[in-house]
Amino acid sequence: MKITHLLGLALLAVLAPVSLAHAAGGNLTGAGATFPYPIYSKWFDMYHEKTGIEINYQSIGSGGGIQQIKAGTVDFGASDAALSDARLKEMPRRVIHFPTVGGAVVMAYNLPSVQQPLNLTSEIISGIYMGKITTWNDKRLAAANPGVALPGAPILPVHRSDGSGTTNIFTTYLSAVDGSWKEMVGANTSVSWPVGIGGKGNEGVSGLIRQTQGSIGYVELAYAKQNKLPVAHVRNKSGKFIEPTLASTTAAAEGAASMLAKDVRYPIVNSPAPDAYPICGLTFLLVYQDQKDADKAHALAGFIDWAMHDGQGVVSSLDYAPLPDAVVKVNEASLRKLMVAGKPALADR
Amino acid sequence: MRAGRLSADGVYRAALGGAATLVFLIVALIVYETTRGALLSLRTFGLGFLTNTVWDPVAERFGALPYIYGTLVSSALALLFAVPLGVGTAVYLAEIANRRVGAVVSFVIELLAAIPSIVYGVWGFFVLAPWLRSAVEPWLLAHFGFLPLFRGYPFGIGMLNAGIVLAIMIVPTIVSISREVLLATPRSLREAAHALGATPAEAIGAALGAARPGILGSVILALGRALGETMAVTMVIGNTNRISASLLDPGASMASIIANEFTEATSPIYLSSLIEIALVLFAITIVVNGLARLLVHWATGGRRSAVPA
Repeated sequence: MKITHLLGLALLAVLAPVSLAHAAGGNLTGAGATFPYPIYSKWFDMYHEKTGIEINYQSIGSGGGIQQIKAGTVDFGASDAALSDARLKEMPRRVIHFPTVGGAVVMAYNLPSVQQPLNLTSEIISGIYMGKITTWNDKRLAAANPGVALPGAPILPVHRSDGSGTTNIFTTYLSAVDGSWKEMVGANTSVSWPVGIGGKGNEGVSGLIRQTQGSIGYVELAYAKQNKLPVAHVRNKSGKFIEPTLASTTAAAEGAASMLAKDVRYPIVNSPAPDAYPICGLTFLLVYQDQKDADKAHALAGFIDWAMHDGQGVVSSLDYAPLPDAVVKVNEASLRKLMVAGKPALADR
Repeated sequence: MRAGRLSADGVYRAALGGAATLVFLIVALIVYETTRGALLSLRTFGLGFLTNTVWDPVAERFGALPYIYGTLVSSALALLFAVPLGVGTAVYLAEIANRRVGAVVSFVIELLAAIPSIVYGVWGFFVLAPWLRSAVEPWLLAHFGFLPLFRGYPFGIGMLNAGIVLAIMIVPTIVSISREVLLATPRSLREAAHALGATPAEAIGAALGAARPGILGSVILALGRALGETMAVTMVIGNTNRISASLLDPGASMASIIANEFTEATSPIYLSSLIEIALVLFAITIVVNGLARLLVHWATGGRRSAVPA
């Protein structure tokens, strides 16, 4: 009796969303980046509740997302790194980038004797990861941290061992601030590190930092906040030491708005805005400009439009940085270019 | 009646033959698919892929030598720890411990084999690494620091940690098979040894001699697991593209680089190079297994043993 009851409920639970979605027309599938997965899955849940449209997303990594959108096996891809011009040309049709949320990469460290937040400059960070700055009482560190008793211990740099959008943001920053880094190492989801040891995932890097005195590494802001790691303030382009927060990340995107309006793929690292934290980036949805299936195109355009407006309201609850209005406007303009059978895919709101 | 029996026999043979062929086909398909995936990298880098030490996804230059080195060294280290421990345990369980104790202890050891490798990785990272860093490695540096094997900084994670974690993972394989093999050797062997005036240790030596092919077989199986182990190694090896003589230094293995970089490998040549690593790992496994079989052949003087090798 009870079991049949439960079975009936389970059946209802399985069938109900399907029938609802059919009523709304056009379910969507997407694949790609793992970094924005928590906010995406929240968005998809909320959007499903609102419209009945079901969005199935596989967080298989940016590489897989790009492959799948290229092969046309998904309706949208997601990537933490924007596609280069060369990669865009390889795509069978024109691809539009939609930035969805921002994320910051923070420098976490283990120096039990230092109480106040450490101050770092771009020169110090690239020096540490190049192997040029090797002890904590180096004169460059001392100059950035007046009055702080820095130990003479060796610096142990930690980096991500797995390919990740976090590494992409970090190395994009280092390439932007240090010409020799750009030349010798470059920016990518994984690079050939001059020094340091690798931990897998945010948890691997932060585990190594917690265990090893004198270590320093980079992790996502959300991860550092949730695990209460000590994080450094980093000097930005206008010379201020900035604490990494959601607000200072959004400020970075705002500071780059005029460049983003020309090309939304423009990296927002080392933003000129006075309150911007310098090590941050945006994550993107990848969508074909001319859509084939009308139902799907309307659903996709509707979702992106919702994510740009209502969706942005819940972003900070999961420790992602919301887009500034200027970038939302850029996305609105791109959204109007989304076509199906020669007509705009986005219905008038 | 007779014809019916024959055809039942035929079906039986065909089913078994089919199963064996299927296994062969699956292996052939794996080789075909990985070769196809690696074609771009094979064409671009040629044999240099095996000897190049640079792995640079930005410049798109790839070489596998540090990973080949890491896989071979961490596996060799694991065997170095696991073989004496495993064979010793097996001898104790089969020859010295009473039957009931032997059965209970070997049941517990076989439980080790059922622990998921990620759990070994987490243990290696959060328990073994701090201990190595604070106690073992500083001691090694202080007393044996003059050897190139023990140079560098005591990170706690690195080749030594990977070797120890792998050793613990492969010990159950060695123990359980070696124990079965020892139990399968005839009792009369030991009795004859005793009758000739052998000490208990010499009698066990005689049993070990008879069980040698099976024990070597267990070591081969264990080596296979060590070569291909991915998750646990990735967590504790340090993931650094470096060839260093020191066991304290971080390194990387072929399986770990694939696990680390496959998901975010965006360019075709990058992906192809990772697939070629898989192909090289496959080839190395075949070579190592082949060599091990030769070793068994040599150790047994070519005689086939009743126990699995």
